[in-house]
Formats: sequence, structure tokens, C-alpha cells
Amino acid sequence: MSASVVLSSLANGVMLGGLYALVALGLTLIFGVMKIINFAHGALMMWAMYASFWLAKLGGVDPYLSLAVTLPVGFAAGYAIQRAVITPVLEAPEHNQLLMTLGLALFLENLALLAFKADPRTLLVSYSQASVSLGPILLSLPRLLAFAGALAVTLLLFLFLKFTDLGKALRAAAEERDGAALVGIPVRRVYAVAFGIGTACVTAAGAMAVPFFYVSPEVGNTLVITAFVVVVLGGMGSFAGALAGGLLVGVVESLGGLFVHGSLAQIGIFALFILVLLFKPSGLLGAPSA
Amino acid sequence: MRRLPLLLLAVGAVIPLLVRSEYVIGTLTLIYFFAFVGQGWNILGGYAGQFSFGHALFFGIGAYTSSLLFVKAGLTPWVGMWCGAALAVLAGLLTGHLSFRFGLRGAYFALIMLAFAEIFRVAATNLDWVGGSFGILVPLRGHAPALFQFGDKRYFYYIILLMLAGATYGVRRLESSKLGYQMAAIRENESAAEGLGVNAYRVKLTAMALSAGLTARGGSFYAQYFSYVDPAIGFGPTNSIEILLRPIIGGAGTVWGPLLGSFLLGGLGEGTRGLVKSYAGVHLMIYGVILMAAVVFLPHGVMGWLRRRGVRG
Repeated sequence: MSASVVLSSLANGVMLGGLYALVALGLTLIFGVMKIINFAHGALMMWAMYASFWLAKLGGVDPYLSLAVTLPVGFAAGYAIQRAVITPVLEAPEHNQLLMTLGLALFLENLALLAFKADPRTLLVSYSQASVSLGPILLSLPRLLAFAGALAVTLLLFLFLKFTDLGKALRAAAEERDGAALVGIPVRRVYAVAFGIGTACVTAAGAMAVPFFYVSPEVGNTLVITAFVVVVLGGMGSFAGALAGGLLVGVVESLGGLFVHGSLAQIGIFALFILVLLFKPSGLLGAPSA
Repeated sequence: MRRLPLLLLAVGAVIPLLVRSEYVIGTLTLIYFFAFVGQGWNILGGYAGQFSFGHALFFGIGAYTSSLLFVKAGLTPWVGMWCGAALAVLAGLLTGHLSFRFGLRGAYFALIMLAFAEIFRVAATNLDWVGGSFGILVPLRGHAPALFQFGDKRYFYYIILLMLAGATYGVRRLESSKLGYQMAAIRENESAAEGLGVNAYRVKLTAMALSAGLTARGGSFYAQYFSYVDPAIGFGPTNSIEILLRPIIGGAGTVWGPLLGSFLLGGLGEGTRGLVKSYAGVHLMIYGVILMAAVVFLPHGVMGWLRRRGVRG
């Protein structure tokens, strides 16, 4: 195995990790603000992927351009889901919140199965197979774009939370729900915005994944479990952690694929996940657990 | 009400004598089956309050162990079923020891169980000697009761009916035992229970072992009934969800919850299958909606709703 193969694999792992980070970003935002683990996150991404897929297939719209439509729709869907589905269980025991999002995931996933059938579809765009060479390293172009997109979204989100009034209100509501309500922050609306943004993140991830990832009703299932791993690795609620965790998982999966056959590399990721849950449930970058 | 269990068992036993329809017997068999594995989940999730999102782990161990022992060593699944249960108990003790020793609760426990089950699913998919992604076909030997194979599906009906009756009786005994009260105390407030001298680690581990063994035997039954198991059917996340749906809807932490939930979902599943014939998964979509509605309107399941109306059980 030559060094350039390993290097290319490493680099492509980093790129894939960027996509995972973007999926995890929305999950970690929703968790950070509401302490709710959104099991429907993957199903929402799957719907976003189908949206971009069909817009490209039937309307000839490039997946990246389709974001102009899917992002606002994704945000609105997230906002509506929060109001209709999550708000009723905000005060409920944790396991009922889990079951709520699980029910939503079951519904969305099987609705897609009904609408699109089980067969995986792939979208071939002109740059699906394109690659960029960087010295000895060969980088897949769509993965590179997804990686850049992930970095851009992370940065935007960080700036939004740090400097805008809405972002500050969001952080306040995350920190101390009652206190935020006391000083006049409309906590429920802010929560809905958080869910909307989380869904928009995963919508972006969906569109960026479509040029190089298959679409099927089950794909969300696969990705959301990876996203859980990433979020727990990076520390629930931490943005930097989601990015670092995403890259780590991407690299492990990509390098692992060189040495073991099939999907066995996933075992390494799950094992890592279990170890982190056991020994440092606050995540590799998170604050020490209380 | 004390006679209700025996009455139900008697009705269950008589049904095949009165109803000849294979469809009805098959549907009831699956309803009992899901109630049985739901009862397995119920011990840990309902009574001890530890929500597992990965019970397919134990189901799969049961299904794979009895099938592999039969295919590779010719061992009858009657024995293989108990070997599977023993292995599942071991797996439960190991995963439980790790999770509870390190104090994982709530969502973290749910997630770690999901991860354990996923490891087994990926491993089963990649290991050729357990059938890889194709899984295991249990070779058919005609009517061979000693090998857990029957020419008539009604045998399976009676077997799962007896298994369910045994599990229901066991859980009923458990509920009013010292262990049952300790489990309830941990579910309601673990720190307070420990303050009163309950060894939470040991009680949760016992619940895990009982739960794992029961669920695994359900897995063995499934593999014999359908003569087939594959990694997704055995260890997949959808199976984990199927296992927990019925006890949740019927009422987690109640004796009759799993059975009630199984009848409700089974009835609905069959009803919708008639509506949308071409598509087999539509029942899961409806289960999703029911789950969401139940969380909001029946947070303690149908049994909780009945109890609020003064029904004892």
C-alpha cells in the first residue's frame, strides 16, 4: 500500500468527516438548547436528500442551487415540528421526549418508503466523479465541496450565536430557561428557531451529500447513528466538538476501510462511541461531567 | 380479576379448535410473539425504568445461537433456545455491568444499548461463518417436533401461547416481589432508592439478565417460526424499536401492557395491510403516529389510562 493511497484515504476521510460534522451540528444545536436528542434528525436529512435529488432529477436544478429552496423549507419544517411535536413534551420525562422523536422518525422514514420505494438511488451530476489533485493526494470534488460547506456553516452558526440578538437569546434560553423567560425572551419561539436552524443544517448536509451519497429511505438511519457517535464524541452541545468528532469519525471510517473489508470499520467507530460514553460522557472536548 | 389470566389462557387455548383460518392463527401467533418479547423489554424498561434502544441485541443472540447450533452441530433448537438465552444473559450482564458501573442513565443508556446492538449487526453482516449479510436459513425437516419444526402452524401458536403465559405469570410474580419493589423504587428515584439501602447496580443488573434471557428466547422462536434470520432482522435498530413499541403503547411497567399493546398494534397493522396491499411497511408509519399520540395523550400507556378510570389489573 503506497503512501499516496493512505494519504488520499486520509484526506477523503477528512472530507467525509466534514459531512458528518454538518449532520451532527444540527443535532448538537438542538440538544444544546433543549436537551432533547432528536432521533428524527436522520429522517429529516433523508427527506432533504430526496428534495434535492428530485429537484435535480426532474427540474434539472443543481443540488447546491436547490439549497435556495430547500433551506427555507427545511427551516420552516423544523420550526413547525418544534411547535407541533416537541413543545408538548418539553416538560415530559426524558424517555418520553426520546419516544416522541422516535415516533416522528418512524413516520417520516416509512412515509418516504411509501412514496419513493426502498431502492437506493444515486444522482449523477457532471462533477460526481471529478477530483482535485493536491500533490500526491487525490480529492473527490463533491466531498471537498461538502467539507467546505460544513466549515462555512459551522462558522456562520458560531457568528450567529455570538453576535446577533437572536443568537444571544438562543444561548440564554439554553443556559437558563426560566431566567430567559423572566427577562422577556419568548423561549418557545426561540426553541422553535433552534429546531428550525438544526433542521436547516441537516438540509444543507443533505443537499451536499446527494452528489456523492446514495439516497434511500433508510439512509437517514445510517447517518443519524453516525451523527450520534459524532455528537457524543465531541461533547453534546459543543460545535467545535461536532466538527472535531465528525473529522475523527470520517478518518477512522476511511482509513479503516483500507485495512478491513466491508463495513467492519464501523465496529471501530461504535467501540469508540461506547468507550467515550463510558469514560467521558461529556465528550472528548466537553467540560468534565458534573 | 384474579381469574383473568387463567381465563385468557383458556380462551387462547380454545381458539384454534374453533377457528380454522390460518390467517387468524398466524396473526395471533405474531401478536403473542410481540407481547412475549415486549414483556422481556418491559422488565428492564418498564419495571426498572432503564430504557433500552438496543434490545435487538438479545433477540439476535437468541435467534442466531439456536439457528447456528442447529445448522452447524445439529443441536435441536429446544436446547439451542436455552443456550441462546444463556449467552444473551451473559451479554446482558456484560453490557449492563459496563453501563451501570459507569452510571449511564436515561438517553445515554438508550444510546449505548443501540451501539452494542449495532456492533453485533455489523459483525454478523461481515462474518461469513454466521451467514454474512444473507443470514441463516434453517433447513426444513418436515414435521419434526423434536427439532422445533412442525407441519402445522398451530403448534407454533400453542408454543408461543405457553411461553407468553409463563412470562406473564413470571412478571406478575416479579411485580409483587421484593425485587419488583426495588426495581420500581429505582425507576421512580434512583438516588432515593439507594439512600434507602437498595443496591441499584445489582437490581438493575438482575433486571437486565431476566430481560435479556426472555427476549433471546423470543428470538429463537422467531427464527424457528420463519426458518430464517439475517443481521437486520436479528440485530437491526428497527427490531429494537418493534420490541419496545408494544409495552410502551400498552403501558410500560404493567403486567398486561405488552399484551394489550400487542393486540392494539397487531390489529391496526392487519387492518392497514388490507388498505395498502402493495406495501408492507406502512404499518410502521402508522405506529410512528400512534407512538407520538401515545406520548402526548397516554404518557403511561393504555394501562395508565385504564387505571385512571379505576380499572385494577
